[in-house]
Amino acid sequence: MYSIGTETELSSELNSNPPYEVQAGDFSREFVEHISKTQDEPRWMRDRRLAAYDVYQRLPIPKTPNEDTWKRTTDMHVQDYWRRTDLRPFKLDRYHPVALSPSESAEGAPLPDTLKDRLTSLNGDTGQIVQQDGIVRNVALAEDLERKGVYFADMNTALKERPELVESHFMTKAVPVDWNKFDALHGAFWQGGYLLHVPKGVVLEVPLRVFVALSEAGRTDLSHTLIVADEGSQVTVLEEHLSGDTDTPGLHCGAVEILVADNAHVNYVGLQRWNLRTWNFSTQRAIIGRDAQLRWVSSALGSRVSKLNQESVLAASGSHVEMLGLTFTHSRQHLDIHTYQDHKAPHTTSDLLYRTVLKDRSRSVWAGMIHVHPGGQHTDAYQKNDNLMLSDHARADPLPGLEILASEGIRCTHGATAGPIDKDQVFYLMSRGLSHDAAERLIVDGFFEPVMQRISLESVRSQLQQSIDHKLAM
Amino acid sequence: MSTELVITDLHVSVEDQPIIKGLNLSIKQGEIHALMGPNGSGKSTLANTLMGNPFYTIDSGEVTIGGVDILDLEPNERAKLGLFLAFQYPTAIPGVSMANFLRMAVSAVRSESSNGSDATELIPMREFRRELRAKMKQLGVDESFARRYLNDGFSGGEKKRAEVLQLAMLEPKIAILDETDSGLDIDAVRIVGESVNQLIGPNLGVLIITHYPRLLNYIRPQFIHILLDGRVVESGGWELAELLEEKGYDPIREAHGLTETVAEVEAEETLPSLRV
Repeated sequence: MYSIGTETELSSELNSNPPYEVQAGDFSREFVEHISKTQDEPRWMRDRRLAAYDVYQRLPIPKTPNEDTWKRTTDMHVQDYWRRTDLRPFKLDRYHPVALSPSESAEGAPLPDTLKDRLTSLNGDTGQIVQQDGIVRNVALAEDLERKGVYFADMNTALKERPELVESHFMTKAVPVDWNKFDALHGAFWQGGYLLHVPKGVVLEVPLRVFVALSEAGRTDLSHTLIVADEGSQVTVLEEHLSGDTDTPGLHCGAVEILVADNAHVNYVGLQRWNLRTWNFSTQRAIIGRDAQLRWVSSALGSRVSKLNQESVLAASGSHVEMLGLTFTHSRQHLDIHTYQDHKAPHTTSDLLYRTVLKDRSRSVWAGMIHVHPGGQHTDAYQKNDNLMLSDHARADPLPGLEILASEGIRCTHGATAGPIDKDQVFYLMSRGLSHDAAERLIVDGFFEPVMQRISLESVRSQLQQSIDHKLAM
Repeated sequence: MSTELVITDLHVSVEDQPIIKGLNLSIKQGEIHALMGPNGSGKSTLANTLMGNPFYTIDSGEVTIGGVDILDLEPNERAKLGLFLAFQYPTAIPGVSMANFLRMAVSAVRSESSNGSDATELIPMREFRRELRAKMKQLGVDESFARRYLNDGFSGGEKKRAEVLQLAMLEPKIAILDETDSGLDIDAVRIVGESVNQLIGPNLGVLIITHYPRLLNYIRPQFIHILLDGRVVESGGWELAELLEEKGYDPIREAHGLTETVAEVEAEETLPSLRV
């Protein structure tokens, strides 16, 4: 019960914490301030949000593939970023940002069953974060990891507990806010996500797990991933995006930043399994230091439309990245990925293999670029995208690209293929007793095998296999 | 009861070009037949047609296994009835391990359901491994074969040995060996021939399709048939093979009033199985 105070007191209380009615499409400046205030954020974060908001307002939403708004990006290599993805059916005002209040973070909608299963199967010796509809539901980290100095917490908590780390890394090094409208939207309205900091020399044997779910209609997930692996550290992160059910519309507008310091080894596995009514936008960028390694597995199975930018910056001599992609589309899914292997330093190596299987009337775009800067002498870069079409109505656009500005000891190999399933292969397998469907399934499994065999986590492989089987059976 | 493959007045064409023109042949379990013919006579067409390759058009005729008409059946249904084809050019399937594939194939062929449905239960891993290891040992095939991707990067000889291994595992009633000796050096022919010999017995009927008689030095057939211009023009015993070895196809061709025509050669060149 409230005691009645004076009018002045009451109004000042309201002003300091005004009730905010969440409305679909309210991506306003006021809402930015509201988020910052409810989260009690430091001033610099509020200022960054507002600066991002200005960029967001300035940049147009790329309307049609024919309009030149897709050209309006600041960076040369993503000039045709929106060219092959039609955003006309996308209506931002159907989605609403999360209005977090301290009470909301404790409650919210019940967890979807898929998430409950994940929670019960958790291993006690690792760490995990579960987030639903933009609200963090569970944060856990094994004690011995904490003792070693590992920091793993949701971003809002991290802002309070590790402000200097967030301030120096959050959208300052890997993902800038001004590359496209959705990055700016993220910079202004981001909520949730996590900070992982692995201190110098610390090696984590067991993967950390992150589950991000959307379950309420019209919700937007704007979670931010920031991984900071200090010198000589080693860590594996498995981040999964999923929907509570099959027909709830949703929007994900995310950013992933991975900073791999000298000699560090990071494995980052992203499993995207949104339902077919979710729009997925994300810029994901890693910066890899001297003699450091990143193995990046990216599996895209879900979403209605997805536009993804995945970049690896080979920033110092001896750095290495392996980028593996496993994509399976069906129905009318449209998945559009830009990849970028950015060789800025000498003696750097990158190895990219993306494999896509397409069913029904789905479409995939892969535009890859290997960019060897003048300083990137002795680069060894590989890039390959293969597409297997299970339907005459599916369409794949593989677009490999090279830009080589160094001249000494460069080895760059790239290629792309797209084609239907080989009838001779089907006949061969059927002649051995396999049904037509079983033959097709086996050929698809074989097609994904070169990616699968390079995924070291058995749990990830079996999870992917389940998803693939499920898609094939549809 | 012995199962029989019976081909009656079979006519097959490829892209409106008749290739098989009224072929008759019967093979019982336990018998070994050789079908010999020059390029363009229709050997591969017959092998592929019997197995159900959709590329070929059946114009008329009948093919039965154990009395069941198979021409309207899918290739996997024919396999379940006990038919096997060792391909001249086995297709590579990258990413699919020999062991994984063979376990699925063996399970499918042995399953009770007749429609080759997907619900086929896999035979237990332990049981399968034991059997595979035993068969590999019997045929002198290296165990590393099991882990390799199906025909992917295999040498010519390895491909043919892989076919024979599959034959051994699937235990068909009737096996067709389509030019199993082609492209092999004499040592490889001997190894493959001896492997097939290991499998021969009262439960296996074999049709060896070949251009040259050299494989027949290792697998001795009881029946020899000469295929010319899409028809079996002569059938007999070992003496026919000796005649061919000595004089080639020309005397037989002349005896049947046939000359090699350009059209036949071209037709064979369009077959997908003949590309290298």
